[in-house]
Amino acid sequence: MAVALRELETEGITLPRILAGLTNDLVEHRRRYPAPPLSARPLGDITTAIERSGLRGRGGAGFPTARKLRAVADRHSHSRHPVVVVNGSEGEPASSKDVVLLTRHPHLVLDGALLAAAATGAREVIVCIDETATKALHAVRKAINERARTEASSRVIRVATIPHRYVAGEETALIHWLNGGEAKPTSNPTRPFEAGVGGRPTLVDNVETLAHVAQIARHGPDWFREFGTDDEPGTMLVTITGAVTRTGVHEVPVGARISEVIAQAGGFLSSTKAGAVLVGGYFGAWLSIDQARRTSLTNEDLRPLGAGLGCGAIVVLPRTTCGLKETARILAWLANESAGQCGSCVHGLAAIAGGFANLNDGADLTRGDDTVDRLVRWAGQVEGRGACHLPNGAVRLLRSALTVFADDVERHLAGRGCER
Amino acid sequence: MKIRVDPIVCDGHGVCAELFPERISLDDWGYPIVDDSPIDDRLLPHAKRAVEQCPVIALRLERALAGR
Ligand code: SF4
Ligand code: SF4
Repeated sequence: MAVALRELETEGITLPRILAGLTNDLVEHRRRYPAPPLSARPLGDITTAIERSGLRGRGGAGFPTARKLRAVADRHSHSRHPVVVVNGSEGEPASSKDVVLLTRHPHLVLDGALLAAAATGAREVIVCIDETATKALHAVRKAINERARTEASSRVIRVATIPHRYVAGEETALIHWLNGGEAKPTSNPTRPFEAGVGGRPTLVDNVETLAHVAQIARHGPDWFREFGTDDEPGTMLVTITGAVTRTGVHEVPVGARISEVIAQAGGFLSSTKAGAVLVGGYFGAWLSIDQARRTSLTNEDLRPLGAGLGCGAIVVLPRTTCGLKETARILAWLANESAGQCGSCVHGLAAIAGGFANLNDGADLTRGDDTVDRLVRWAGQVEGRGACHLPNGAVRLLRSALTVFADDVERHLAGRGCER
Repeated sequence: MKIRVDPIVCDGHGVCAELFPERISLDDWGYPIVDDSPIDDRLLPHAKRAVEQCPVIALRLERALAGR
């Protein structure tokens, strides 16, 4: 809502909501948040509040949370109790907000998960955390133990460690892993809300999403809507890295201007300081400084630019770093993260990463134009061809790089080298 | 009806592109790019043959949504 944004322009946009009252202590946490209800039947009023809040998933897909809650609650039966899976895998290297929440605010996340369990009639909550996120694992295990000692609960909460791979956090990969398989996406047409963990209806929600659920249950949907836009309400966590002085996790209104968000992190969108901005992390797209200045953090604004909010990761590329070199590095990383299952993903991403490395090196000079044409053709061939969205992420990044760094592409291909 | 490929199961044998060139072409690495527009009765035998001949059963025919 415009009002809140205007106020923020004058105040500077620090608004701790989700990041307010950070604590690992349950007693202290309970002074702010009441314990979630224990009822074993799906509780519709929680879902109604979430629906009115307009909350959308904060893991990347941006799907309305209430719709997912309903889909799972509708499949609840006495023989098939649903399961709530907290997705804390955070495979996106440019993002650390979920790990920060799990580590510094574990009880808020667990409250959100238990509220989702109450809304759907689930009896079991599984918190999935990357095996390398040791601090988060420790904090969540400690929080679960503390609850077991002091609070009555009709629900089991357990932690599952997830392999440190990008695709492991993909919904179907998580379910497959929890069912004893490999942490790789599956092409099974059955969705988790129909048959997920143990064949039971399963709600998979991102860590931050569930923290918002807990806050909405406590403060109400109107409070949540004080920030954000009508269609994309609330605040969101962003992880900002690169050419800013305060790197890390910040809370901003959805719809804040990218320039304000970067300013909050002590950065500045000038062409002498920054070369471009990567929005949405490794799975996102480059924006030029001009585009970033004009754009707000909503999917509505970002989609026409081929970008999206994703998990809220923002990288400000310093002027001194070559955008092509950085893109080549990320594409190589993405190709390496392919789960090796789908032919066009395995071969296509390897080809794209290799082709882009050549472009960056200014190799292949005699056939300069072919290098770009080939990359564009491969992008078209790879898009939408995998069982998961990994290839689409690589294509998005590639296309944005070719547009935003068009001048650099010419310079590299002309063999005029790159001073950065 | 429309034809779909399971990209995880597909081995890239490419048989399907030969049997059903009207809807299936191959990418630069020999994996099928499947056009999932509706298949009329005239083409259905080609589609069925491709589905039957795929050595790893990666193809299937699906009912196209009504109105398409
Ligand atoms: S698209 Fe790539 S990452 Fe996704 S399942 Fe297929 S091979 Fe794995
Ligand atoms: S025939 Fe089957 S395995 Fe071979 S390319 Fe076609 S779908 Fe893939």
